[in-house]
Amino acid sequence: MVAVVNSFLEELANLYLFVIRFFKEVFTPRYELSELAKQCFTIGYKSFPLVAITGFIMGLVLTIQSRPTMAEFGATSWLPAMVAVSIIREIGPVITALIFAGKVGSGIGAELASMKVTEQIDAMEVSGTNPYKYIVVTRVVAATLMLPLLVILGDAVGLYGAYVGVNIKGEVSWTLFWYNVFQKVVFSDVFPALVKTFFFGFSIAIISCYKGYSANSGTEGVGASANSSVVFGSLSIFVIDMLAVQITDLFFTP
Amino acid sequence: MSPTVVEITHLKKSFGSNNVLEDVSLSLVKGENLVILGKSGSGKSVLIKCLIGLLTADDGQINLFEKNIGELDETNLNVMRKRIGFLFQSAALYDSMTVRENLMFPLRELTDSSKQEKDNLVNEALTNVGLLEAIDKMPSELSGGMKKRIGLARALIMKPEILLYDEPTTGLDPITAKEISYLILAIQKKYEAAAIIITHDVECAKITANRIMIIKDGLVKAQGTYQELFQSQDDWVKSFFH
Ligand SMILES: Nc1ncnc2c1ncn2[C@@H]1O[C@H](COP(=O)(O)OP(=O)(O)O)[C@@H](O)[C@H]1O
Ligand SMILES: [Mg+2]
Repeated sequence: MVAVVNSFLEELANLYLFVIRFFKEVFTPRYELSELAKQCFTIGYKSFPLVAITGFIMGLVLTIQSRPTMAEFGATSWLPAMVAVSIIREIGPVITALIFAGKVGSGIGAELASMKVTEQIDAMEVSGTNPYKYIVVTRVVAATLMLPLLVILGDAVGLYGAYVGVNIKGEVSWTLFWYNVFQKVVFSDVFPALVKTFFFGFSIAIISCYKGYSANSGTEGVGASANSSVVFGSLSIFVIDMLAVQITDLFFTP
Repeated sequence: MSPTVVEITHLKKSFGSNNVLEDVSLSLVKGENLVILGKSGSGKSVLIKCLIGLLTADDGQINLFEKNIGELDETNLNVMRKRIGFLFQSAALYDSMTVRENLMFPLRELTDSSKQEKDNLVNEALTNVGLLEAIDKMPSELSGGMKKRIGLARALIMKPEILLYDEPTTGLDPITAKEISYLILAIQKKYEAAAIIITHDVECAKITANRIMIIKDGLVKAQGTYQELFQSQDDWVKSFFH
């Protein structure tokens, strides 16, 4: 038990040093801009289809599930607004981030671990390129910038799913649906929800990079890194979410 | 007398309680091929990783081109590294890049060379290892021997003055292994570079070495030419050669 706690604390300390190093390296040249662009493309663009599909299903299912309860109170006309608030505030960011941790986090974890065990990271260093800047900084910055975009897109598709869901049993026109939504959704729903997604993206990527970068040699090291990248990345989303809710509450509740 | 390019004195390196290198000293002059023989796990890779600054030694001194690398900052260490080519045990080709991009990677630093000049360097390096036709392939499409050759081309591209080979023939069939050994010999002739060749393949040592050094338990156990060591009376040394 003591050994487990010890190794957990040691891991946490190493992760902390890894994060500190990120902030040291991100603001100093050389800036690997073309690699950053490439990573934005792989991390952002290529995740979009997955995010869109889950977003759509999420909006649809949430609407269908919520209808009976709303109907009980005779409040079905509130359905679009209620679903929109849930999606934008909580479900959109969290589900998208979880999908992101599964796809991008595991990808980064496995890729970096295999680069580590096959000495590709050493090879980069020997050829005079700082591998932390080239590999880690680009991926973390790309993920931090791309996840918020994906969440916005995922929310939009999710709302479209809600529109479809509302119209399965009822009849709400396109304009009325959006009118209902925008009447209820306010700045304090959108802004904090968007801000936390930057932290989600950062945390998923930095944890995965850390796990990959410190992988043990041997091929099972690669699987282990991919696995723990997803586990700890996902866990970090919930921890950040919990903190974000408290902070938002402090500032935005009248 | 050729100039000394590598001088290691009383190098010591351990990982926790694992004392990998106890006391290793060696020197290498321009144009010389030094083979370091040793069983698997005897710290051969650790030795050359200390030499190029991938690992920091616990004690002792490493001089490259008569400069103590322990006293260099990152910028100067990188300047030094450009004069050294490293062939990794696993070849370490970048999986996500084509052969061309792999070879271009070390050239990123040559900011004032034109695209044409860089292309010429890539073509020349690939021609040297006889694999020009693989230029647009991905590493996953190459055999083990081809990967080693491309790794070698990448190590040669900056025209290094020192070459470090980490087990160049391990994992290859005997014929390919022999080809690589002769390639190493040809490179020595062509570039007049100094080389440290780490191996446990005696055949490779026989072909490439001007001088051989055997390490065991973190110490230099024996050294000499191939002939000298081959005729050694020491049982442990004999076990390598017979
Ligand atoms: N980065 C490292 N961390 C901890 N131990 C290491 C590291 N690199 C090598 N070792 C240990 O050093 C010893 C020698 O390894 P190595 O130099 O790779 O042997 P070889 O002679 O086969 O190349 C091994 O016991 C290995 O476990
Ligand atoms: Mg080795």
